[in-house]
Amino acid sequence: MSAPLLDVRHLSRRFDVSKPWLNRVIERIPRVHVRAVDDVSFEIAKGETFALVGESGSGKSTIARLIVGLLKPSDGEIIFDGKSLARGLKGAEARRLRRRFQMIFQDPFASLNPRWRVTEIVAEPLKVFNTHKSDRERRKRVGELLSLVGLSPEDGAKFPHQFSGGQRQRVAIARALAANPEFIVCDEPTSALDVSVQAQILNLMKDLQAEFGLTYVFISHNLSVVRHMANRIGVLYLGRLVEVAPSHDLFARPQHPYTRMLLDAVPDVEMTGRRRKKVEGEIPSPLNPPSGCAFNPRCPFANERCRIEVPALKPWRGQPVACHGIEEGRIPDGPAQPIASVTAP
Amino acid sequence: MSELNTPGTAVPLEQSPIAPKPPGRIRQALDSDIVYSYTRSPVTIIASIIALLLILMAVFAPLIAPYNPFNPASLNLMDGFTPPNSTSFSGNYFALGTDHQGRDVLSTIMYGLRVSLFVGALATLFAMAIGISLGLAAGYNGGTLDAVIMRIADIQLSFPAILIALLIFGIARGLIPPSQQEGAAVWVLIVAIGLSNWAQFARTVRGATMVERQKDYVSAARIMGVHPIVILVRHVLPNVMGPVLVIATIGLALAIIEEATLSFLGVGVPPTQPSLGTLIRIGQQFLFSGEWWILLFPAITLILLALSVNLLGDWLRDALNPKLR
Repeated sequence: MSAPLLDVRHLSRRFDVSKPWLNRVIERIPRVHVRAVDDVSFEIAKGETFALVGESGSGKSTIARLIVGLLKPSDGEIIFDGKSLARGLKGAEARRLRRRFQMIFQDPFASLNPRWRVTEIVAEPLKVFNTHKSDRERRKRVGELLSLVGLSPEDGAKFPHQFSGGQRQRVAIARALAANPEFIVCDEPTSALDVSVQAQILNLMKDLQAEFGLTYVFISHNLSVVRHMANRIGVLYLGRLVEVAPSHDLFARPQHPYTRMLLDAVPDVEMTGRRRKKVEGEIPSPLNPPSGCAFNPRCPFANERCRIEVPALKPWRGQPVACHGIEEGRIPDGPAQPIASVTAP
Repeated sequence: MSELNTPGTAVPLEQSPIAPKPPGRIRQALDSDIVYSYTRSPVTIIASIIALLLILMAVFAPLIAPYNPFNPASLNLMDGFTPPNSTSFSGNYFALGTDHQGRDVLSTIMYGLRVSLFVGALATLFAMAIGISLGLAAGYNGGTLDAVIMRIADIQLSFPAILIALLIFGIARGLIPPSQQEGAAVWVLIVAIGLSNWAQFARTVRGATMVERQKDYVSAARIMGVHPIVILVRHVLPNVMGPVLVIATIGLALAIIEEATLSFLGVGVPPTQPSLGTLIRIGQQFLFSGEWWILLFPAITLILLALSVNLLGDWLRDALNPKLR
C-alpha cells in the first residue's frame, strides 16, 4: 500500500466539562474532563471508504470534527497527504489543503443556511476558494453540480426549507463537491432521513466516489449502512478503537466481543433463524469510565486482567484488535457463536 | 488548479443549464409572510399611517410649518398665550395657539418632532451598532470575552437607563468646553441614550448567536476557512436580525421617550432647539394658569409617536414569531 491519504496517530481529545469557576471554588470540586477520543490511530488509503461505527457517545462525531479541524486535538497527529493538520493551518498552505477536504453533516436541516438560496449555498466554496471568478461562471458550475446530485438547476432559486430532507442532503453533497475535494468526511449523512431515501443518498455517494475517486470517512451507527458503503471498518467503544478490519472480514469473522455483540443486534430481515443475544447494558459514562478494558462490565469473557489493564490495539491474524481475551486465546473463534450459545435455551 | 491534481476537475455535464439568478430583494420582500400579516392587521396599518404622517411632518417641517418659531424677527411677544383656533393680537391665525413667547405651537411641534425623531433614531442606531457587534463577538467567541461583555451589560441593566444617560450626559458636560456645549448637546444626547440602551441588543444578539454558531452551516463555512468576521456578517447576522428588529422598533419608542424625559428634566437639547420633551417642560409651567394648550398638544404628539412606534414593534414581534401564527 502506498502512503495513506489520511494518517491519524494517537489522536486524543479531552473536553473540560467542569462547573463554572465560582461553583468549583464554593463547592470545592476539582476540574472534570471527559476523554471523548482516547489514543485512536488509523490510516485511510486514497479512494477507499473507511467507516467508524459505535454507539452514541463513543466519540465518532468528535473524530470527524477533529479531522476537518473544527476541534483541536488534545494529543496526537492528523497527517493529510504528508502534512500535519493538527498544528493548525495558516496562509496559502491552509487554503490549498482546505480545498481538498469537505464534510457532509448529519442534519440537513441545520447544515444549510436558512436565509440563503441554494445557488448561494452551493456557490459558497467556489467563492471562498476563488475557483470560479465571475457570477456567471459560478452559476454555471452550480447548475452542473445540482444536475450531478439529481436536482434541477432551477432549484437553485429556492430556499432550503422548500426541499425535503433527502433533497437537502443532495444540496449539501453538491456544496461539498463544489470545489473538487478528494476527501469527504460524512458524519451520519443518512441517519436523519427516511429509510427509502437513505438508499438513494448512499447510492449517489457511491456513484460520486466512483466518478471522482473520492475518499470517504463514513461515520455511522447503522451497521447495514456501513456494510453497504465501507471497505474497512473501525469499531469504537467509549472513545477507543477496539477493532479495525476489512468490511467483509468484520462481518464474517468479528473478533472483539463488542463487535460480536453489535453484529448480533442487527435486525435479521432475512429471518435466518440465527440465535442471537440481545445487547446488554449501556455504554458507561465517559465521565467515570471503568478501569481496565472499558468494555469489561458488559463483556461475557471478562476476567481479572480485563478489569485492571487497558488492552492495546494489537494485530491478531492481520487485523488489529484490542482485547486481552483474543490475545490470550481465551475467546473462541467463529461468528458470534460463543455469545449466542450463552443464551441458548 | 492542475498542481493540486484534484480528481474530477473536468465535469462532464457541459450542456447542463445555468442555475438561475436569485430574484431581487424587492420581489422577495413583497412575497413574504410579513407583508401578508401586515395587510391583515388594521391596528398596525393605522399605527404605521400615524407614524408615517408624524415622520413626514418632521422631515418637511421647514416647508409645511405655518411659521418659523425660531426666527426671532417673526415673533411677536404680544401674540403670547393666544388660545387654539383663534386670531392673535397681531392678526395672525394660530390653529393650536401660541406659547408665552408668541411662538406657534403647531410649528414648534413640527420642529420638535424633528429633533425628537433625529435623536431617537440615531441613538437607537448607535445602540444597535454597539449591541450587535458586542453581542456577536460575545456569542461567537464565548469564554472570557463573553463573560466580560455580558457582566458589563448585566451591571448596566441593573440601573435605570435614564440614570445611565444622566451620568454620561454629566461626564460629557465636564469634558466639553462650555463654548461648544450648545452645539454638541444633541450629539451628547444621542451618545448618552445610545450607550444606555445597547445592553438589550447585546443580550438578544448574544443568545441568538450562541444558538446559530452551533449549527452545521456555520461549521461548513469554518471548514472552508471562511474568516470569522465574514461568517458573523454573512451567515450569523441575517439569522439573528429578526429579534433585533423587534427590539429596535420598541427601542426607538423608548429612546424618544428617554430623550423627552431628559429634555423635560432640563438636561437635554438646548431651549433654542426644543424637542417635544422641551416643549412639554415649557408647557407644564403654564398648566395651572390655564394655558393648557402649550402642554397638551406636544404631549399628545409624543404619545401618538411613542404609541404608534410601539404598536409597530409589537406587530413585528408577532409577525416574526412563527409560533404565534
